[in-house]
Amino acid sequence: MADKPKVAFYWCASCGGCEEAVVDLAEEILDVVEAVDIVFWPVALDFKVEDVEAMEDGSIAVSFINGAVRLSEQEEMAHLLRQKSQLVIAFGSCSHLGGVPGLANLWDKASIFDYYYVSGPTVEHGENIEVPEVKIEVPEGTLELPEFWDEVKSLDQVVKVDYYLPGCPPTVKIVSNAIKAILSGDLPPPGSVLAGTRALCYECPLNDSKPEKLLVKEIKRVHEVEIDPETCLLAQGLLCLGPVTRGGCESLCIEGHMPCTGCFGPLDEVLDQGAKGLSFLSSIIDADEEEEILQILDKVPDPVGVFYRYSLPRLSLTSKKEVKLGG
Amino acid sequence: MKLEVFEPRIVAFVCNWCTYIAADAAGVARARYASNVRLIRTMCSGRIDPQFIMSAFEKGADGVLMCGCHPGDCHYREGNYKALRRYILLKRLLPQLGINEDRLRLEWISASEPEKFRRVADDITEQIRQIGPLIENGGE
Amino acid sequence: MAKQIVVNPITRLEGHGKISIFLDDKGDVSRAYFQIPELRGFENFLVGRQAEDAPQITSRICGVCPTAHHTAATKALDDLFKVDPPETAKKIRELIYTIFMLEDHSLHLFFLGGPDFVVGPTAPKAERNILGVIQKVGLDIGKRVIAMRKDLRGIITELGGKVIHPVFGLPGGVAKGVTEEARDRFKEVADRGVEFALFCEELLEDVVLGNEDYVKMITSDAYTHRTYYMGLMDSKDRVNFYEGKIRVVDPSGNQVERFPVEQYQEYIAEHSEPWTYVKFPYLKKLGWKGFVDGEESGIYSVAPLARLNASEGMATPKAQELYEKFYETLGGRPVHHTLANHWARVVEIVYAAERFHELINDPEIIGTDIRTIPTETPKEGIGVVEAPRGVLIHHYKSDEQGILTGANLLVATQHNSARIAMSVDKAARAMIKGGVVDDGILNQVEMAFRAYDPCHACATHSLPGHMPLKIRIFDQNRSLIREIRRDG
Ligand code: SF4
Ligand code: SF4
Ligand code: SF4
Ligand code: FES
Repeated sequence: MADKPKVAFYWCASCGGCEEAVVDLAEEILDVVEAVDIVFWPVALDFKVEDVEAMEDGSIAVSFINGAVRLSEQEEMAHLLRQKSQLVIAFGSCSHLGGVPGLANLWDKASIFDYYYVSGPTVEHGENIEVPEVKIEVPEGTLELPEFWDEVKSLDQVVKVDYYLPGCPPTVKIVSNAIKAILSGDLPPPGSVLAGTRALCYECPLNDSKPEKLLVKEIKRVHEVEIDPETCLLAQGLLCLGPVTRGGCESLCIEGHMPCTGCFGPLDEVLDQGAKGLSFLSSIIDADEEEEILQILDKVPDPVGVFYRYSLPRLSLTSKKEVKLGG
Repeated sequence: MKLEVFEPRIVAFVCNWCTYIAADAAGVARARYASNVRLIRTMCSGRIDPQFIMSAFEKGADGVLMCGCHPGDCHYREGNYKALRRYILLKRLLPQLGINEDRLRLEWISASEPEKFRRVADDITEQIRQIGPLIENGGE
Repeated sequence: MAKQIVVNPITRLEGHGKISIFLDDKGDVSRAYFQIPELRGFENFLVGRQAEDAPQITSRICGVCPTAHHTAATKALDDLFKVDPPETAKKIRELIYTIFMLEDHSLHLFFLGGPDFVVGPTAPKAERNILGVIQKVGLDIGKRVIAMRKDLRGIITELGGKVIHPVFGLPGGVAKGVTEEARDRFKEVADRGVEFALFCEELLEDVVLGNEDYVKMITSDAYTHRTYYMGLMDSKDRVNFYEGKIRVVDPSGNQVERFPVEQYQEYIAEHSEPWTYVKFPYLKKLGWKGFVDGEESGIYSVAPLARLNASEGMATPKAQELYEKFYETLGGRPVHHTLANHWARVVEIVYAAERFHELINDPEIIGTDIRTIPTETPKEGIGVVEAPRGVLIHHYKSDEQGILTGANLLVATQHNSARIAMSVDKAARAMIKGGVVDDGILNQVEMAFRAYDPCHACATHSLPGHMPLKIRIFDQNRSLIREIRRDG
């Protein structure tokens, strides 16, 4: 008993999909429960933060943390689990790269609040505009809300992360392989992403129909064409991010007859998923004249949403601001 | 932010076979160009990875210049066309991130055009000076 | 001895839903506040995105009901691009949707709300969970539940690429059709699905309705509010999850509104309060009158009980039978008892299973015409579905290139937020007297909102709502004197 490794699960700003992904382990979860001693899992088990605080540093073998970091409490919890754990694993693309909700970094708190509470189409208010406040006096006493930050962060922007489980959410297979690898101690070098090391295309069933040297004269948006499920989507002009996305998901979206949007993140050595995607697109466009290039790119009107869909928080550029110097 | 004189920091990624030579010549000929421009030599404009450009901005550049051989003159045949496509996409991306697209510029400058290099360097420096600095949010 | 009790989810420390209960000097409740402490700003960052990406982006609002957001967004895109999907595509969407409702509702029955009833609301907290349910009903049944969930989710994965954050939805249709071979496999699951649904119903009858105490609790005043009810109805005013008109009935069950979703802005407005991040929608014509129920107040409710209340019946035979029994037992429509949501949910489980069965046996389901390619210039689109937790409306505007220029999302749980806030307050008042607070009592307060199956991921476009709670009791000097912790 005493020898069983201790494991903790925690969620930060998560949509809940990563928790569902753990539930989707179905029967396998029982094997996991057999092999480890789960010491903290707020969604399922009764252990207090105080229990974690009382543990010796490093006494938890591994902590899985999903969701991005947006509130101070989440950051504190990440630090606490870091201190108590030998391994910290970023679980899912929010934790790994910031995730879809990280697109909020294109906006600041003030504009979000303004739309949500003041100017949105169904918002009604009288003379007094009631915008939530961190501390508010009600007739009966004082109520508090956590501070809403301007920015969403990935886990490794807050604490050191040992391994990453990619995907939005990670697949059952990825999760179960990772757990096995951790239990057996058969792990790659720290900092690794525990999934494929090659691009998605290598495991894609349509890879055979992908031309050796791919060039496109036309890009199509998914709603504009009938998708041929037998032919490489990129070869059909659909912007599939398979070539620049880490493999390991077993081509889920492709099996659904839709292009990959990159949730497994970039390949090793690529720090900036968006810039890489953009570079990749530049290399397959079959045009040299500015006019023609622009015309083809008409079909890519939102590069941020396409290339940084899952990783915007990793780009610190969104926190820069333009300064206008006075006269 | 109080800035008496704003000296823009500009990173220029220049192709080894053309602009780098021009810039060198511009320096030798003492046809002084703005000292705000710092050169980074690449083997071809096609090697200017968008990651370099993003990272230049992240690390404090106020402007970025991409330079390569004139169309048709690239030693690797189509490196500069690739650079052009990247440039067009980046120009679309930067405003989405709240960054003035004029902070990025692409120029074709051959080895025999040191004067053009000098002019471009001065010009972008002046332009970025007009646009103003790009600073880390939270800084005053 | 004025006290403040804070019931706080430990799952996210402060980052979730919490209940703060203020006691007066007699130790009775002066008011309980239900606070939602997060917000994510999806409406803002949808602006600038390519419209066709909205179904996949908005599904990330919630990983518990991604299919609801995905489908609502897809329908809004039909409207935005002015395309009418082929019949087969509509049926495939409804098929996936119905399977999702079946799966999600039964998850709630067994994992979330069910334990309160099956095991008992004041049972030790260690037993008030799925394991407790399995112990009570037997391991075989537990295995059957897990297997059913897996099969249903398997179908969504096959047709939608992924079950958590599916990719099937396109304006004018779906990305993938159903082959004959797949149809035959799914048929077998549908057969089992119907059996399973009826089994859920029996279980509920045995365990809950067979127990007088529960029935008493369901109908007790603490869990009762006379509000308006809203739901999506077919042309005969029967519950429909996928399409129809929005119908509103008053607290006496009379229809007061019946409108296509395109007109939602004429009927629904949102109020905000400074102590919570969630907004409170209300019926615009009646106005916001504060946290009160009755004919005068614009507060309305959505989700299973509200849907049944707003309808004239169910569109499938077994479900219709149960619908009749439901109202017979509880004294006629509408039923105002919040806890009846659990039973209403079971009626819907049966409807979902029967509808799944109908759709998979429909010859058109294996049609190959699954797309209508848009040709019109996009401008504005509104879509609606009944999410498990209530009416879900997505509204987009775009420029001519199909780049979103505006988005408004009215999300299921949000419609219930005012009623939930009232329920929590009322239940607290009824349960806590003379400063006596124990875990069972607090669970009953919590049950008041768990009955709605609130998903606060949706409500604040942020986080899921199944949460354990931490209770903190402060004395008048606000120093902590006691702490209770309970599971979700
Ligand atoms: S990675 Fe995806 S599934 Fe996981 S929490 Fe983030 S949005 Fe949800
Ligand atoms: S580009 Fe997409 S469709 Fe083509 S082989 Fe790669 S992953 Fe498959
Ligand atoms: S195909 Fe791409 S987007 Fe889809 S699950 Fe796999 S990695 Fe993620
Ligand atoms: S070698 Fe100069 S641009 Fe390619």
